Amino acid sequence: MDWRGWAEIVSTIGLTLALSWPFGAYLARVWTGERTWLDPVLKPFEAFAYTAFGVDRAKGQGWVAYAGSVMAFSAVGFAFLYGILRLQNLLPLNPQGFDGLSPHLAFNTAASFVTNTNWQSYVPETTLSTFAQMAGLTVQNFVSAAAGLAIAAAVARAFAADKAESLGNFWVDVTRIVLYVLLPVSLVFAIVLVALGVPQSLAANTTATTVEGAQQTLALFPVASQEIIKQFGTNGGGVFNANSSHPFENPNAWTNLVQIVAMNVLSLAAVFAFGRVVLARKEARALVAVMVILVGAAAAGIYAAETMTPQPAMIAAGVDAPVSMEGKEVRFGAASTASWAAATTGASDGGVNGMHGSFTPLGGGIAMFMIQLGEILPGGVGSGLYGMVVMALLAVFVAGLMVGRTPEYLGKKVEAREIKFAMLAVLILPLAILGFSAMAAVLPVALAGLLNKGPHGLSEIMYAYSSAAGNNGSAFAGLTANAPWWNTTLGIAMLLGRFAYIVPVLAIAGALAAKPKLAPTTGTLPSDGPLFVGLLIGIILILGGLQFFPALALGPIVEHFQVLAAAR
Amino acid sequence: MLSHLRPAIVSMVLFTGLLGLGYPLAVTAVGQAAFPAQANGSLVKDKAGKVVGSALIGQPFAGAAYLHPRPSAAGEGYDAAASSGSNYGPLNEDYIARVKTDADALRADGAGAVPVDAVTASGSGLDPHISPAFAERQVQRIAVARGVAPAKVRAAIATATEGPTLGFLGQPRVNVLKANLALDAALGRAQPPAA
Repeated sequence: MDWRGWAEIVSTIGLTLALSWPFGAYLARVWTGERTWLDPVLKPFEAFAYTAFGVDRAKGQGWVAYAGSVMAFSAVGFAFLYGILRLQNLLPLNPQGFDGLSPHLAFNTAASFVTNTNWQSYVPETTLSTFAQMAGLTVQNFVSAAAGLAIAAAVARAFAADKAESLGNFWVDVTRIVLYVLLPVSLVFAIVLVALGVPQSLAANTTATTVEGAQQTLALFPVASQEIIKQFGTNGGGVFNANSSHPFENPNAWTNLVQIVAMNVLSLAAVFAFGRVVLARKEARALVAVMVILVGAAAAGIYAAETMTPQPAMIAAGVDAPVSMEGKEVRFGAASTASWAAATTGASDGGVNGMHGSFTPLGGGIAMFMIQLGEILPGGVGSGLYGMVVMALLAVFVAGLMVGRTPEYLGKKVEAREIKFAMLAVLILPLAILGFSAMAAVLPVALAGLLNKGPHGLSEIMYAYSSAAGNNGSAFAGLTANAPWWNTTLGIAMLLGRFAYIVPVLAIAGALAAKPKLAPTTGTLPSDGPLFVGLLIGIILILGGLQFFPALALGPIVEHFQVLAAAR
Repeated sequence: MLSHLRPAIVSMVLFTGLLGLGYPLAVTAVGQAAFPAQANGSLVKDKAGKVVGSALIGQPFAGAAYLHPRPSAAGEGYDAAASSGSNYGPLNEDYIARVKTDADALRADGAGAVPVDAVTASGSGLDPHISPAFAERQVQRIAVARGVAPAKVRAAIATATEGPTLGFLGQPRVNVLKANLALDAALGRAQPPAA
């Protein structure tokens, strides 16, 4: 550890926070349909889109209709992507002549990208055509993120409403978010990334004759255009197998900074936008504080673990190792990798700039725990906000039980129906993670995929299902997941983690929208101060800890003590 | 449900055209026009104009007169079409054995302590850099192989050495390919190793 590392972590998080505030103001204008400075260019496109869709933009949707639109949009997206992946050998722009994907791999990959997970069972360099990367994956990188932000907008409207039916119109939300937010920012920063060294080429690869006379095939792709939306939409699916540790995806400290900031800025902006729409800016700042405190703590914890944990392999070999460097790049080192790991697991991004499976046990364990806390710190774009709102509802409910009053949040009474749906949503994660992990831990067909034995093997399993159900996408990549068992069960976990969460959330939104908006009284628990921030952090940690600590004790925690024993 | 289906299908067609073709092709057009070197992979050419590699991608070096890179888990080593880390956990037996073998082999030259990056594989398997400590450790060997003073080797390596960006982002590093090209440029092309 040194001051540079701490300065890097603090400045990265600080810059993200500073940019997310004005961005949130802009996002709120997009959500509410107010004028933006892009209107002159984009209004005609927007109007054309609604005509083509056959959608009346003024017509609102109740929660059932809104959820139906989300499901239809995702189902059609799934079908498109599945088709492209299966048939890529018949489609254009396939310079390497790759075959279509197997059914289970195409299912896994389509589920992965439609749910904003971007788990990679495939090795892109040797599996995917340029067309599949562009027209398949890049499109879902945009629209799955837009769907998340649309649902967040619906939730915001529910809190702002006073006895209303409508949550807004999904088609309008998704179109505006793509056109006014995701596309312009991606266009600009994709070109910035090219300038900083990220390739953008339609050629499949180029061959070099190395200085010592060997042949080296350099895989190329249109990398930059996919790279920026991969981060900005908290997708995380790499153009290359090694993701953002690959020097073409992430060649230097500048691209690394752009990508870490891009990973969290929109999720935080969604919270600020929520505060504007609901007229609860202070309360939104409290939610942001919770997110930033916990993601900062995770970065610090991983940095400390990666620089302080003894390394048995190095001790046995007589190497003085101040940092754990297996799976890390020299240009990044421990601090860049730690702040990235915290941001990517807190944000359901899942891109990596170092291999989490080679982290020290506690470093990797913190990354896994961040995912298990529900992907709300700051979470996926939009999904982080609505996940955090669910936690806030639970927090005021618990506080209400303690003082014996009907809980309220942001002027809405929180009653049995909302809490039931909130619990339904929250319980999906442990069900999918622990249920599937328990099965995989005993089935030979699953265990065949593991690289590492013992507690680290269990961590590979649990990380995989946490990543899938949390829609994160990163991995302890020793696991060879491209096999029918893993592709199928991970795909199911992703779909559950996304849609079995979204439907209850929209049900809550529908119920809240219909309630009258109350003015706060002296009996209302303030939800904007340090007390509430502390309460919410407590609820998040206790809920996550109770669910997952018993299992984590058998994985990363026991491995940590094994490492200490081996290093003695 | 049917009322949802038309906008779902039409929007996916429109978005595929706009985001899947229009957007990446636009970025490609601008990138190729404005930043052709970066857009095509920062390729490095020799005097004859032949591509010898990418400034961003590590490549194998075995000759005594060249700076050696880190171990690599990409394919057979530095396979730039199969990027990968080793994904070994800290207690994996194969990992512990690999580190020991590599460290013993390095120490055989008597050049002193082995830095950690010299015995660990990077995340991508294509790390173009090594730490300045690992480079310094190889100076003596390169100087002997080339029959020159170590200071000349150090000077060539220094041209390929960078500090952390802005003083605190990332780590100090030596680009192996650039350093080796600088060595060849300053001290003459090294003989390729016997096969």
